[in-house]
Amino acid sequence: MIRTENVSMRFGGLTAVSDLNISIEKNEIVGLIGPNGAGKTTAFNTITGVYKPSEGRIVFKGQDVTGAKPHKITELGIARTFQNIRLWKDMDVLDNVLVACHLRMGVGVFASTLHLPAYRAKERRSREFAMSLLESVGLADQAHEASTSLPYGKQRRLEIVRALATEPSLLLLDEPAAGMNPQESLELMDFIVKIRDQYDLTILLIEHHMQVVMGVCTRMYVLDYGVTIAHGSPDEIRRDPKVIEAYLGVD
Amino acid sequence: MKRNTMLSIAAGVVVIAAVTLADATLGRFTVRILNLSAIYIILALSLNLLNGFTGLFSLGHAGFMAVGAYVSALLTMSPAQKEMNFFLEPIVPILATLQIPFPLALIAAGTCAGLVAVVIGVPALRLRDDYLAIATLGFAEIIRVILTNTQNITNGAQGLKGITKYSTTWVVWSCAVLSIVFMLALVRSSYGRTMKAVRDDEIAAEAMGVNVVKVKSTSFVISSFMAGVGGALLGHMITTIDPKMFTLILTFNILLIVVLGGNGSITGSVVGAIIVTVLMEALRFLDMPMNFLFIKTDGLPGLRMVIFSILLMIVVLYRQKGLMGNKEFSWDGFIGLLSRKGSARNGGRP
Repeated sequence: MIRTENVSMRFGGLTAVSDLNISIEKNEIVGLIGPNGAGKTTAFNTITGVYKPSEGRIVFKGQDVTGAKPHKITELGIARTFQNIRLWKDMDVLDNVLVACHLRMGVGVFASTLHLPAYRAKERRSREFAMSLLESVGLADQAHEASTSLPYGKQRRLEIVRALATEPSLLLLDEPAAGMNPQESLELMDFIVKIRDQYDLTILLIEHHMQVVMGVCTRMYVLDYGVTIAHGSPDEIRRDPKVIEAYLGVD
Repeated sequence: MKRNTMLSIAAGVVVIAAVTLADATLGRFTVRILNLSAIYIILALSLNLLNGFTGLFSLGHAGFMAVGAYVSALLTMSPAQKEMNFFLEPIVPILATLQIPFPLALIAAGTCAGLVAVVIGVPALRLRDDYLAIATLGFAEIIRVILTNTQNITNGAQGLKGITKYSTTWVVWSCAVLSIVFMLALVRSSYGRTMKAVRDDEIAAEAMGVNVVKVKSTSFVISSFMAGVGGALLGHMITTIDPKMFTLILTFNILLIVVLGGNGSITGSVVGAIIVTVLMEALRFLDMPMNFLFIKTDGLPGLRMVIFSILLMIVVLYRQKGLMGNKEFSWDGFIGLLSRKGSARNGGRP
């Protein structure tokens, strides 16, 4: 599905990510973990086109997407959420999802301003799709509330819904469980598996919540100071001395 | 829903009646101020599209207005008038005999302003916030300098005189209403939503598949088109134009309207345009010599601009969001407000 080949990202003298080799198959749920500042979000940013990697190649569905613009990457089918929630604060919940629907509507500025019949039909379809997405995460009742008035957990879910509205095949989740209580985290795990099955997704997620990562991922990569120090199933990772060292330190 | 449609139609009829009545009964001076507010509505809406809805801080509006005003003036003037205007240096032969009908010239004015925006927008829109403002300000000055120095096209600093007065009450108010309807349709459409997304969070917009560069350029070009049309209408109303008209002060006046009315509110821009234009004239006495009981002052030209500056400061300090915030007028809200006032009068009981 997606493969990064020796991807490195340098900012001046700092190497945030070096020689990243991730390979994910269709419908997998893969975790990307590591201590703070390990370069996980940078890895996300290089995959989604926010940064152009200093070295290496990113291949998505057999196509080289290295250095493509973020909106192109999204168009190709990679959607993401953000670690620090980035909802459009002056828009209501439904509008937040509808903006993401715009990509697949294929309407230009004239068709949409003149409200041509073709546009109206597409707009209606988008609204139905957006509402069905909101319903599936229990946000339909709040569709017309300000997005920032939602409680934190729901804002996170709204971000995931927004990403789903771009109809991706690969979903990147940046710390989806951050700030959630244990109960919410458990719900989130079920939710991630559910959307994977329902929308035929492949998921790569960054997470600090070990319970969530271990519970939901089939494989994981561990980064430390930009270097991939381990890779394997949750059980292998749990026993890996390098991982333990990175997380707990050594005498 | 149905009630609101009926109320809107009723309001439309009232507006048409009011414009007809005003045009027929009020003095020429009053009508002129009303028409000026219509032009300012167009200009404020176009700046609001950039500032309020797409989050691009541009100070280049006067430049695009100048382009529109000159294009339309040159395209509608008769060959005889052109000969009278260009006495220092003859006009270039192509323009000398060219004369097209006013509606076409108006569209040409907008299109030319839009084209200039394409040329300027490609490099300038890489910038953000204050940097974009400075760049667009610079471009507006460049346009003004070019207009001053292309003697055989624009007649340089002498400007153009005797432009036909096409901007009648009906013309300007039709254009204003058309702009309002256009803006409402644009802002409420799917494309308008992407503009607001770019304004609220560009990175998120990009990640959700919005082509940020394209959305920004589109907004910039549409805004400039409207500014060009507004400038053309202004030229056809004052009937003389020269490069000195189109300085930063003009842009500042429009910005004042947008900020006072509410950044990101169409209603705000409309109300703001009317208030500011009327106040500009109503406060004109401040510039005249004044005579209080014991104190006599000589005329202080520019005193009314001080009032506007103070007004702007008050708004920025106490009501950052302007008159309307980013809300729009709606019948439901209006009726809600009326009934709340009514119930307040009855001691708070509904």
